[in-house]
Amino acid sequence: MKTITRLTLLVCLLASVCLAIDPFPEEPNPGEELERAEQVTGNYGGNLTVGGRAEPKTLNPVIATDAVSREVIGRMMADLIDINRASQETEPALAKSCKTSPDGRTFILQLRKGIRFSDGHPFDADDVVFSFAVYLDENVDSPQRDLLIIDGKPLTVTKLDQYAVRFTLPRPYAAAERLFDGLAMLPKHLLEKPYREGKFVQAWSLNAKASEIAGLGPFRLKQYVPGQRVVLERNPYYWKVDSKNERLPYLDELTFLFVGSEDAQVMRFEAGESSMITRLSSDNYNLLARERDRTHAQFADMGPGLEYNFLVFNQNDLSSKKLEAVARKQKWFRELNFRQAVSAAIDRDSIVRLVYGTRGAALWGNVGPGNKLWLNTGIPHPQRSLDSARQLLKSAGFSWNQAGQLLDASGSPVEFSIITSSSNMQRMKMATLIQDDLSHLGMQVHVVPLEFRAVIDRVFQSLDYDAAIMALGGGDADPNPEMNVWMTNGTSHLWHLHETEPATAWEREIDQLMQQQMITLDYAKRKQLYDRVQQLIAEHFPFIFLATPNILAAADPRVGNFRPAVLEPYTLWNADELYIRTPVTNAGAR
Amino acid sequence: MRSKTALLFAMVIALHLTLLLAGFLAPCDPAAQDRNLPYAPPTRLHFVDASGWHLRPFVYRLSAGPNGYFEDKSQSFAVHWWRGGPAYRLLGIFEIKRHLFGVDKPATIALLGTDGFGRDEFSRVLSGGQISVAAGMAATLLALAAGTIFGVLAGYYGGWADESLMCATEVFLCLPWLYFLLGVRAFLPLHLSPARTFLLLTCVIGLIGWARPARLVRGIVLSARSRNYVLAARSFGGSDFYLMRRHLFLEVFGLLLTQAALLVPRYIAAEVTLSFFGLGVNEPVASWGNMLSTLQQYSVLVSYEWLLAPAAALVVTSVIYSLLADALHSRLEFRST
Repeated sequence: MKTITRLTLLVCLLASVCLAIDPFPEEPNPGEELERAEQVTGNYGGNLTVGGRAEPKTLNPVIATDAVSREVIGRMMADLIDINRASQETEPALAKSCKTSPDGRTFILQLRKGIRFSDGHPFDADDVVFSFAVYLDENVDSPQRDLLIIDGKPLTVTKLDQYAVRFTLPRPYAAAERLFDGLAMLPKHLLEKPYREGKFVQAWSLNAKASEIAGLGPFRLKQYVPGQRVVLERNPYYWKVDSKNERLPYLDELTFLFVGSEDAQVMRFEAGESSMITRLSSDNYNLLARERDRTHAQFADMGPGLEYNFLVFNQNDLSSKKLEAVARKQKWFRELNFRQAVSAAIDRDSIVRLVYGTRGAALWGNVGPGNKLWLNTGIPHPQRSLDSARQLLKSAGFSWNQAGQLLDASGSPVEFSIITSSSNMQRMKMATLIQDDLSHLGMQVHVVPLEFRAVIDRVFQSLDYDAAIMALGGGDADPNPEMNVWMTNGTSHLWHLHETEPATAWEREIDQLMQQQMITLDYAKRKQLYDRVQQLIAEHFPFIFLATPNILAAADPRVGNFRPAVLEPYTLWNADELYIRTPVTNAGAR
Repeated sequence: MRSKTALLFAMVIALHLTLLLAGFLAPCDPAAQDRNLPYAPPTRLHFVDASGWHLRPFVYRLSAGPNGYFEDKSQSFAVHWWRGGPAYRLLGIFEIKRHLFGVDKPATIALLGTDGFGRDEFSRVLSGGQISVAAGMAATLLALAAGTIFGVLAGYYGGWADESLMCATEVFLCLPWLYFLLGVRAFLPLHLSPARTFLLLTCVIGLIGWARPARLVRGIVLSARSRNYVLAARSFGGSDFYLMRRHLFLEVFGLLLTQAALLVPRYIAAEVTLSFFGLGVNEPVASWGNMLSTLQQYSVLVSYEWLLAPAAALVVTSVIYSLLADALHSRLEFRST
């Protein structure tokens, strides 16, 4: 009897140990059409810990809007066609091929056969049709829905057979295959029930059990500890193999620590508690780089990113709001010469040196040097000139009093405030530099640091501000995601929101050009159209572009295949290829 | 005891004189940016070069290299006393261009280094001290004035006046003052001129702080009003105002001095806290609080130790005032026994 009890205990013990071990990758079988990453090699094992600034809000890919949630979800999910963050080109993912009709309206995607979700359930065209039905459902209100509505009509999805799907667009759409990037394919077998019951939005919350969530990404949920971390473990059925035909990913686990600020991330990294920092400021990058000899950490300066920082003046229609003080200043803000003068007086080189420690690039347009495919190299880069700024102001009727203060045509002193997020030290610094630059023109500028949400509220809702320093871009190199900024009816048309009709001829021209480039399939022609858009923006200064930071990242020396990119997610886009050089279960102290 | 108090008073006077003459003592304009010298370390004063010793100190020009700043020893620049420089207003009235010391261009003298915009930290500590200490003192005056008036009234008249005023003090003592100040500032207009911000800060800090001195004053007045000399003065026909001014106020004067010495550093810290969070005096005007706010960045905190100078100045000021309060308290206790 005693022996039986002992044996039972032993079996239980062994079973519990086996259950605790991370799943080992399944051997590739001939029925699976796997993607082969020819250049990729590595070795299995290890846990990669990444510090995150905040906790994810949800694990539901359809409703996630915040960057942190999307970063975690992105490692658990996969899309039909992916943008390779290194080359910035599209490449097949769950769809092994994509055939486009000559009119550019129809796409037939052949899906990989034999691949499975992270719970082992097979993936096929039904999942694709279901996923797009969810994304397009008004009741779900997915942030991606707008991307799939073209000219007010949704794209249609038709199942051709178990592994083929046809997408039909209402009209030709340039770079349509880029639409598929980031649209995670959902497991119909798990989500159809909550969707039919109208409970889809509540599905896959942070409280969901790991067994209730399945995706096609390299990892799957293992554990969520509120306030501390999310632990992902290897998806044993992942659809990519390396050059040796071994199934990816290499890592046993990927842990996201909720750390807080970037400074806290740096401290955790220095202490060896995290193995990678996704995005660093130049100050912290330089700080860590100084200790390179001790830590032997890997550093990556990928050059200028796609984000653009800018100063925007409030040119909104304030007739329905009681904002007389702002409305009075708008006659300056709407004056092209005034905006040109401000731009001419700003010392962008100093911004790059003092704010980004030379790890950034000055900007004169919305497309920075990081976006090589779409940059209009013909945009002039005039040097800072206070003289030409004064001339511009003089020609617009401005004058100066004895004390050197700038006065408008009615004799009122030019005084305005710049709001910016108090949590973003870089933009605070920019504001102080601009304040000093403009003081040389006799403008009295007040820098007002506000909590980030207060800035957003003022810029998008109350419109109660004079000028603001903000940043946009960073998602994709293609012009299409910029439609909502430059089109008159765009939701991020910040200098003049809720415009029904273009207020000026150049805005009308931009509207036409952006519409036209969206339906033009030929890259060279699209480039020509977008070049003109950039030229118009640079000539009319709706935004006064300032600078773009370099994409900087750091990793533990043992992290292999560390290849950050200038597109989001900067470091974890190839999480399936990352590996730990010496397999360990914890990153350990450096 | 007396010599210690006198020494502390002398230190307080020296501190305030230093801040009053900040423009004269500072070699640079505190708001002037030298964008070629961000985070430059403190300038080293030299007395020795290849030709031997010099009585007059001199500096070398700083240049930026790949490994940080280095001194360009090809040319030395003597420190000149009593020299011209950027204009400033002495005591806020007289426009003067004379400074205690300085060096010729292109060299710069930054005794406490520079901040991220290349602004001279020494000049900014002095200039920022003017704002922070003046805000602390003005708020103290306001708090003590309000506290004395309400305390004397409550203690002298007693009854419903006493009860209602003391009830009000309890409310004010319960207020979490920092959060209250943050809340008040958030309701104010977006941008205020530095002078208005200063006035506002002073009023808010001072008016919140009246409760504690009021209770102390009330206690002393309550016991003093029934003393024989007060009763005698009243019987001779002294008016309420006369009694308060001639007798009761003198009773509380010592307490007010001690309270002032205690409250000034506390209110300086309040101003520093608000400016640290961006709710006080804003750029480019310096205050110890907004100067310290840059240290919220970890990389700055661990890399540029000279930027802790405003914190050191705050500590020194607080210690001097606290010691003075202690000495005054001891003297008053000694007198009363």
